[in-house]
Amino acid sequence: MTRTRKRRGEQLMVPRAEFTSYYGRPVIHAPSWAARDIAGYFFLGGLAGAGSVFAAGAQLGGRPRTATAMKVSSLAAVSLSAAALVHDLGRPGRFVNMLRVFKPTSPMSMGSWLLSGYGPAAGAAAVSAVTGRLPRTGAAATTAAALLGPAIAAYTAVLAADTAVPAWHGAHRELPYLFTASATAAASGMALIVAPTRENTPARLAAVLATAGESVATEAAERRLGMVAETWREGRAGTLLRSARALTLAGAATAALAGGRSRPAAVLGGLALLGGSVCTRFGVFAAGIASAQDPQYTVVPQREGE
Amino acid sequence: MTDRNLLSGPEPEPARDAGHPEPSERVGFFTDTSVCIGCKACEVACKEWNAIPEDGMALSGMSYDNTQGLGASTWRHVAFIEQRVPAPEGRTELPLANSAAQAADAAPDQGDLRWLMSSDVCKHCTHAACLDVCPTGSLFRTEFGTVVVQEDICNGCGYCVPACPYGVIEQRPDDGRAFKCTLCYDRLGAGQEPACAKACPTESIQFGPLDELRERAALRVDQLHEQGVEEARLYGHDPADGVGGDGAFFLLLDRPEVYGLPPDPVVTTRDLPAMWKHAGTAALSLAGGIALAFALAGRTKGAR
Repeated sequence: MTRTRKRRGEQLMVPRAEFTSYYGRPVIHAPSWAARDIAGYFFLGGLAGAGSVFAAGAQLGGRPRTATAMKVSSLAAVSLSAAALVHDLGRPGRFVNMLRVFKPTSPMSMGSWLLSGYGPAAGAAAVSAVTGRLPRTGAAATTAAALLGPAIAAYTAVLAADTAVPAWHGAHRELPYLFTASATAAASGMALIVAPTRENTPARLAAVLATAGESVATEAAERRLGMVAETWREGRAGTLLRSARALTLAGAATAALAGGRSRPAAVLGGLALLGGSVCTRFGVFAAGIASAQDPQYTVVPQREGE
Repeated sequence: MTDRNLLSGPEPEPARDAGHPEPSERVGFFTDTSVCIGCKACEVACKEWNAIPEDGMALSGMSYDNTQGLGASTWRHVAFIEQRVPAPEGRTELPLANSAAQAADAAPDQGDLRWLMSSDVCKHCTHAACLDVCPTGSLFRTEFGTVVVQEDICNGCGYCVPACPYGVIEQRPDDGRAFKCTLCYDRLGAGQEPACAKACPTESIQFGPLDELRERAALRVDQLHEQGVEEARLYGHDPADGVGGDGAFFLLLDRPEVYGLPPDPVVTTRDLPAMWKHAGTAALSLAGGIALAFALAGRTKGAR
C-alpha cells in the first residue's frame, strides 16, 4: 500500500513496457483551471506573502523606502490574486460560498480564510505607509501581514499537492519548500527593483538563499517523482522550468555581484528573479496538467507501489 | 469528534462519522461486468431520470464506445474492450469467435476474440477526496453513505475535479458547476433503487446494502473461479484499500487499467497532515530565511 519508490532511473523501463490503458484515455480528469489564473495566483500569492515579510524586515531594519514599496507591491499582488481566483470560478457570483465553511481538509477553504485575513492586513499596511496616517494601526497591520504572509506563500503548494495529479501529489513533501523559495526569490526581485541601492543588501542576500533553496527543492522533488519527473523535464513544463532555473540563477548572480553598486544591475537582476518565479509556477502547473493527461503517470506509479 | 483517523483506512460508518445520528444502512452498487452485455440501458436510464444534458453526439472511432468516459454529463459509462486472448485449455470456442468478422481475420490462430464490457460509475468512496477538498461544503455525505453535490451551493471552483482519483466528477463547461452521479439520491429517499440498476436487463448492476453486496460479490467471484474464469477479480471491494473501499465496486475480467480504472488509487487527503506539516516548516523557513538576510545585512548606514 505504501508508495515506496524502490525502482528508479533505468529500471523504470521495465514496468513501462507492460503499461496498458483504455484507448490511451487519461485515468483522472486534469483540472480545468486556467494557467493564467491559477499558476498566476501561485506566483502573485507568493510575491505578496513573502513581500510582506520583506516589508516588516525593512521597517524594523530602518529601510523605510523599501518597506513602503514592498507593502504597496504586496497589496497590488494580493488584489490581483483575488481577482484571478474569482475569475477562475465556474460561478464567480458565488465566490462568497468559499466562506460558508471552515474546513481544514480543504486547502482551498483554508486558503480562502487566510486570504480574507491577509488581504485586509496587507491593504491597511500599504495605505497607512503611503498616507502616513494611523501609524500604530499600520504597524499592527504590517506585523499581521508578515505573520500570515509565509502561510499564503506556502499553502498554495498544498492546494496543488492535495489532488490526484501525479506530478503534484507525488512531490507533496517538496512542493511547499519549492513554492516558498520561489516566493522569496520573487519578493527579493521586487525589492531589488523598488529599493534604493543602499537599502538592497537584504534583498541580494535573500535572492541568493532563495535560489539555493529552490534548486535543492526542485532536485529533491524530481528525485522523489521517479518516472513522473519526466513531466517536469519535457514539453512546455520542461521549457518553463529550465527557463526558471536560468533566470533565477542569472538574477541572483547579477544582484549579488553587481546589484549593490549599480542600480541598473539591481533592476535587471530583480526582473530576472521575478521572471524566474513566474516560470517556476507556470512550469509546475504545466507539469501537473501533462501528468494528468497521460494515463501512464497514474497507472505505472500505482503499479510500482503495490 | 473521534480520535480515529478519518482521512484514510477502514471506516465502517462514514455516514455516522459525517454527522448523521441515525444513518440508514450504507448502500451502493456491485457491477458484475461478467454479465454486462453492453446495451447501455444504464447510460440512457441515468440520462433520462437525472435530466442530464446531451454532451456530444460524435463517433469516437474507438469500438462501440462513443461516450468515452465519465464526466459532468455522463454519470454511467459503458466501456468496450476488444481483446484477443489465448483460448483456454479444454474450452470450446464461443460462437462469437466463429462469426464473419473472425473468419475474415488474417490471423485466427492468435486466440479468441473477446469483448469486455463494463458500466463505470462514481465509486462513492469511503474516503472521498472530492468531498474532503470541497471548500464550500457543496459536496456532502448523505445518510445512505453516498457522496452528492448540492448544485445550489457549488461555486465552480473545480477543486474536486483533479482530487478524484478515478476521474469521475467534472465541471460542465457551459454551467461552470461540478456534477456527478448522486446514486439517485432522490430515488433512494423514496425507497426506490437507482435508475441504472432498475434498467439493467442482466443484473450486471446490482444495488443494495453494501455489506450484502460484498458477500454476494465474494460468492460470485468464487463461482467464476470454479468455472475456470481465473481472471475474475473484485475491484474496490476492500475496506482496507487506498480509499477505504468503494461504495460502488466491480467484478472485472482483466486488470483495472484495461478498463481505464486506476490500479491502486489512494485518497489524496491521506497525505494531507504531512502536507500541512511540510507547509508549516516551509513557511517558517521563508520567514527565517528573510530574517537571516536582514540580520546579516544589519541596519543601513544613514537610515533614520
